[in-house]
Amino acid sequence: MSQPLTADIRQSKPFSMDVHLQCGPGELLALVGPSGSGKSTVLRTIAGLHQAGEARVMCGEKIWQNGRTKTGLSPQQRRVGMVFQHYALFPHRNVLENVMLAIQDQPRDVREPRAREWLERTNMTGMEQRKPAQLSGGQRQRVALARALAREPDVLLLDEPFSAVDQQTRRKLYRELAQLRRTLKVPMLLVTHDINEVQQLADSLCLIHRGKTLQQGKVQQVINAPLTKETAKLLGHQNLIPARILRKESAQTIHELESGELLTGPPCEFPVGQSVILLIPPTTISIADSRQPPAGINCLRGFVSDAVGLGDELSVRLRLETVTKALRFRVPLHIARQSGITAGVTLDIRIRETDIHVMASDDD
Amino acid sequence: MSPFLVSFKLALWTSLILLPLGLLMGRWLAFSSCRHKSLIEAMLFLPLILPPTVIGYYLLQLFSPETFTGALSIKLLGGPLVFTFPGLVVASIVVNLPFAVQPIQLAFSALPLEVREAAWVSGLSPWKTWWHIELPLVWQGLLASSTLVFAHTLGEFGVVLLVGGNIEGVTRTVSIAIYDSVQAFDMRTAGWYSISLLLFSLAALLVVRRAQPAT
Repeated sequence: MSQPLTADIRQSKPFSMDVHLQCGPGELLALVGPSGSGKSTVLRTIAGLHQAGEARVMCGEKIWQNGRTKTGLSPQQRRVGMVFQHYALFPHRNVLENVMLAIQDQPRDVREPRAREWLERTNMTGMEQRKPAQLSGGQRQRVALARALAREPDVLLLDEPFSAVDQQTRRKLYRELAQLRRTLKVPMLLVTHDINEVQQLADSLCLIHRGKTLQQGKVQQVINAPLTKETAKLLGHQNLIPARILRKESAQTIHELESGELLTGPPCEFPVGQSVILLIPPTTISIADSRQPPAGINCLRGFVSDAVGLGDELSVRLRLETVTKALRFRVPLHIARQSGITAGVTLDIRIRETDIHVMASDDD
Repeated sequence: MSPFLVSFKLALWTSLILLPLGLLMGRWLAFSSCRHKSLIEAMLFLPLILPPTVIGYYLLQLFSPETFTGALSIKLLGGPLVFTFPGLVVASIVVNLPFAVQPIQLAFSALPLEVREAAWVSGLSPWKTWWHIELPLVWQGLLASSTLVFAHTLGEFGVVLLVGGNIEGVTRTVSIAIYDSVQAFDMRTAGWYSISLLLFSLAALLVVRRAQPAT
């Protein structure tokens, strides 16, 4: 039966690592982080391809790697299915043989039908006799996936599998993987640095930076409510404004910006007086009527320091009159034209109070 | 025995013995991260730049009955190695080591680590990985290695003369026969031997070039 996977990886050389993660059966956990953060090393340690200083990897009750006794199963014994970044197909073997080689432990007469079945499930029927060099990037990726799954692995590991294909193929592969994973009941780990990919494919997210786990949780929870400013930055959030908790009311919290202006947000657990960082998602910012003086809750005035058209949106950088930090957000191009938004103009905005997220300030 | 036959016999023995040796050493050098790897490589490739007479001199010292190795060979083979065909084979192996190892080392180095790792996580044991994945991907290197060794042995002169002497039918190879013929002003024989060696070497190099993986 399918078992959850847990991994605790610690090492000091050649680079320091301190990663903890767990992934349930049927769950797709994305390991996210900038390049060089150690995501791939985590995957390789789980597969048994990297010997970390002290790693404990367990698949259900089975111990794959025991950090204390420095013993572990070989990659062959672990029953992992792995899709490598550049697919790593066997170049001298055709598609069918590539998949059949991964099920050498099966009786001879079972191998071919099973390989064909997995090639069918990955939409590769009709390509069985082709060599890897005769396939497109997307097709190679499908063969690599079929090869990984034909073993009926206890864990599926995907190491940036979509990084080497074009945008169109990538969208197609996302759909295929999403369909395929409905039938997969094993823990699945996906290494990526693409937050869009994570939002489309993953159930949960583990953010890794400089070899350390910063946060793990459900995808939307981690993205909308990062625990620290560092995490927020790594997830691509830009509007991070320092503030102080001024007052707490029953259904809202009043924050005081450095300028003395007040911003109302949802209730939070921080005490009055605490320095915090406010995360203001661009989607919470709307244009206010500039013919009237800024009034009401969460209305701020600033001047547009930068406005660049990106497709059918205008990317705006708004310098607030009294706050050193600028806010970034996007406005649909037709609305930007109507409101006359260009670089240099004064602009009033309104921030929706319910979606402001509060984090502890790094200074504390 | 004609000089041609002596040369071919020597080339065949040398290639046969160096193929497994080159395979082991080439693979080890390609994959190992041993600290002393560069020293070992440097020693291995010494025969490429040393004058053959220097190697011949040291081999003569090694074969001399006063040394441990010389005494051992007398004990094992019943006589000294110097001026014998087996002695010639030993000398030829030493001189040809770099030619045997380098093409194989290059072939193994070109094998992506990811492909071997994919084999391991696919459940293939190290032995099965070698048989199903590595060997089919490096066979051109093996072919290049053997062909180079064979052709180079045919052309070897200095070490052969020093270690083997010039005993007709035993250690007189084609290259020494050419030298002898020229010394005796028999340019016609020297010419025949030379053109044969030249054509064979050219053919061998063509085989090596063709065996390079298509890029």
